[in-house]
Amino acid sequence: MNNNPNVLVKISNAGIHKNGKWLVKDVNLEIHRGKIVTIIGPNGSGKSTTAKIALGLFKRIEGSVERFTKKISYVPQKVLIDWTLPVRVMDFMVLTEDLEPQEINDALNLTGVDHLISRNLRDLSGGEFQRVLLARAIAKKPELLVLDEPVQGVDFAGEVALYGLIKKISETLNCGILLISHDLHVVMSATDYVVCLNGHVCCSGTPVDVARDKHYKELFGEKSSQLLSIYEHDHDHVHTADGDIVKDNV
Amino acid sequence: MFDDFLFRALIAGIGIALVTGPLGCFVVWRRLSFFGDTLAHSALLGVLLSVAFDLNISLTIFTVSSLIALLLLRLQKTTNLPSDALLGLLSHSSLAVGLVILGFLSFIRFDIMGVLFGDILSVNVNDLLAIWIGGAIILLVLWFIWKPLFASTVNYELAEAEGMNPERVNAIFTILLAALIAISIKMVGLLLITGMLIIPTTMARNLSNNPKQMVILSIIGGLLSVFIGLYTSFEINTSSGPTIVVVALILFILSLIGIRKRNYG
Repeated sequence: MNNNPNVLVKISNAGIHKNGKWLVKDVNLEIHRGKIVTIIGPNGSGKSTTAKIALGLFKRIEGSVERFTKKISYVPQKVLIDWTLPVRVMDFMVLTEDLEPQEINDALNLTGVDHLISRNLRDLSGGEFQRVLLARAIAKKPELLVLDEPVQGVDFAGEVALYGLIKKISETLNCGILLISHDLHVVMSATDYVVCLNGHVCCSGTPVDVARDKHYKELFGEKSSQLLSIYEHDHDHVHTADGDIVKDNV
Repeated sequence: MFDDFLFRALIAGIGIALVTGPLGCFVVWRRLSFFGDTLAHSALLGVLLSVAFDLNISLTIFTVSSLIALLLLRLQKTTNLPSDALLGLLSHSSLAVGLVILGFLSFIRFDIMGVLFGDILSVNVNDLLAIWIGGAIILLVLWFIWKPLFASTVNYELAEAEGMNPERVNAIFTILLAALIAISIKMVGLLLITGMLIIPTTMARNLSNNPKQMVILSIIGGLLSVFIGLYTSFEINTSSGPTIVVVALILFILSLIGIRKRNYG
């Protein structure tokens, strides 16, 4: 079926039709090892739905989705812990896979919350909780990491650090990452491939391509594409004459 | 020793408390207390069918309750009715069907109070075997599905995304609940079995800060309720099932003092 061993997920013409309405349709997407794919789009544009399609959480979809790995970690957009359920951070870390204490500590350390290990999940602040969610996801050393707005509620300095961490993880673990984010400036700097969603794929490509696309400008405004100029200075790759990108000339 | 009815009741009660502790935690965590009630009500139908057709009582209850449980899971997927409405529908229709069947069985002397509230005098050696063998099987299966069940309790989609099968473990858990009701109905009665599942567990929640601790405390709470409840019911001549549940309630009230001490908002 799949010849490229780097492909972890392949979504072809996928869509969800519910109650006479398309939540999202005609999504084509591949997630590759060591690459970050970011989905951007307005509220209700089907970002989380697309992530769930990639994870196989829908029983019936149009089109198809194939996954070529079982080592998956997921950070959902919302995790509500009921009061009746007493869960400490250390219990939560081993929710789906048993880990050595050292692995737990290392992961919590990476996201800066190792001091919270014996605290109850319900006693954490929103930002702390997100850091724990991310730590749990990376502690498993997944091949595919799906992050649905992983830094919501995290303070600004932490946000930058966590996106840096996500980038680093994709390199050190060589795992594919599907990231849903609102932070356009981050998307434009730390992503290999951008999918701009609004019920369907408006445009997709490298951050540079997407920022130049007129659909993107319509969705996010003229200003947002100027974000790019800030980052073009940091780019570590070279463009060919027709705008294609030759990667990684660090 | 097994000739002594109080001793038999004690052995039966211990067996039941060991099972209601862990199952009760999941019932509370997953907000299934009304679901437990529904299964218990459907047990009346099971009891009556077993009497009418002269079948093994535990197995008939288990079969009927399991069928009702699986029917509920099916209805939840195929209709848009909210869960509590579906539960009410199944709960009261199975109760009503059971009572109508009871009307046809007027030729049989049938102790409905015993089924509703439990009757320790009627616990015989076969019941003890059913409780302890059935209970051991329930705990063993729970042990095997613990991790995926717990993960899907915390977050269903996360568990499913990371390769667990929440739908399957949910169905298995439901069947375990049906099995528990089948083995404990004679002892505790169908009106009170949910109390046995929930009250020691809520007490345990007040005093614990992690899942394992909560399970252990709710087993301890259940055992204490059984010991004190049976002794009291024997001494002051009250029904055993209700007395056990009242003791559990008192333990819960005491645990509220513990919660205040820990200054928990």
